[in-house]
Amino acid sequence: MNPPKKAVALISGGLDSMLAAKAVMEQGVHVEGINFFTGFCVEGHTHAIRKRDGDKPKRNNALWVAEQLGVKLHIIDIIEEYKQVLLNPKHGYGANLNPCLDCKIFMVNKAKQWILENGFDFIITGEVVGQRPMSQRKQLMPIVAAESGADDLLVRPLSAQNLPPTLPERMGWISREKLFDFSGRSRKPQMQLAANYGFTDYAQPAGGCCFLTDASYSQKLTDLWRFRGKRDYELDDIMLLKVGRHLRPRPHFKMIIAREDGESRFMSGYKSEFVSLNCASCRGPLVLIDGETSEEDLQLAAAILARYGQGREAETVEVTLRSRQGEERNITVKPLTPEQIPAEWFL
Amino acid sequence: MISDETAIPNSQGDSVLNLRRLLCPLPVIRTQDKIKTLRPGDRLTVQCTDPGVMHDIPAWCRINGHQVLDARQTGDEYVIVIQVHA
Ligand code: SF4
Repeated sequence: MNPPKKAVALISGGLDSMLAAKAVMEQGVHVEGINFFTGFCVEGHTHAIRKRDGDKPKRNNALWVAEQLGVKLHIIDIIEEYKQVLLNPKHGYGANLNPCLDCKIFMVNKAKQWILENGFDFIITGEVVGQRPMSQRKQLMPIVAAESGADDLLVRPLSAQNLPPTLPERMGWISREKLFDFSGRSRKPQMQLAANYGFTDYAQPAGGCCFLTDASYSQKLTDLWRFRGKRDYELDDIMLLKVGRHLRPRPHFKMIIAREDGESRFMSGYKSEFVSLNCASCRGPLVLIDGETSEEDLQLAAAILARYGQGREAETVEVTLRSRQGEERNITVKPLTPEQIPAEWFL
Repeated sequence: MISDETAIPNSQGDSVLNLRRLLCPLPVIRTQDKIKTLRPGDRLTVQCTDPGVMHDIPAWCRINGHQVLDARQTGDEYVIVIQVHA
């Protein structure tokens, strides 16, 4: 008897990739999962940082899906390589800074390299024809297969019957009849299939799998590039865009104001890289300053910070300024009123 | 970069990985990549500050067949001891 064929499934942590992997496992194929970490993934970071999300289970959905399926999961750090995808997407962006088509091509290409290195036979994704406006239109799905180099080793079990037969189907490694013909934005077929497989608990990501689909996050990233004068980023930049209120009161500096204790704790890890401020005479959030500031700028930043502390109604508030080297000094400011903080300052 | 991960073998020859200040899933990725370089039966101790590791690293170990020998919170830190599967 021939050994079972082996496939790697791109596991995002959502329902579709879970069902796609399961559909192929049901046909006797050995499946393992692969998950790519771009740095923009919604998983992990924010609930690790924010106490507000403390009630939610701190689970990584991709790991959880792998455990439900009983498959191994390989998590791959693609933070550095992903920069080229985000900064120069050949096929452009979606509604925000999400380069979904290039992203899919990149990830499937990485999966292709992975199967070659690890002796696997084909690749599975949870894509559904017509489900997402940008990357899952029927005419675009062959582009992912072709430009990733995966060609007909790429199987989309949920929509397979709407697409040309792939090599694993033609070779009889898997039966096309046992795959599906889902299309469009309705989630009903997936929910029905989940019920058939006995999956009752699964993540339902709204919109997309990463922060790049988020309008406000994209706006902050665009601002960062404009301010730096170049389109580039480090992991720390993209993490800091996930926390705090971001205000740019002057073109040459930005304030990141913690919204709660968890964010203050997280941001305090950056005190040696940014000038920081906190209220000395009352409780208040930690502020990091991104940019070079004059004394006048620091006075303004302190007055803004005072507005977000418990001394906002006080006549004056004492604020501690801390240099990157840890030198501290206090200044006294009058808190700004909400009317004195123009809406355009908020990113 | 704020990460300061380092792998230092302790006196017994087991490895210790400093993953403090990294947020999930990076501690899982660094643990996974380190384990690839270890031999069956070796022990790896990871030191983390993201509470998410208490869920994610044991989950990753379960699906990949490694054994969690100990998982403990000490102050603001989380220390997990893993034995690489045979
Ligand atoms: S939502 Fe983000 S991770 Fe998902 S395909 Fe689009 S760019 Fe890639």
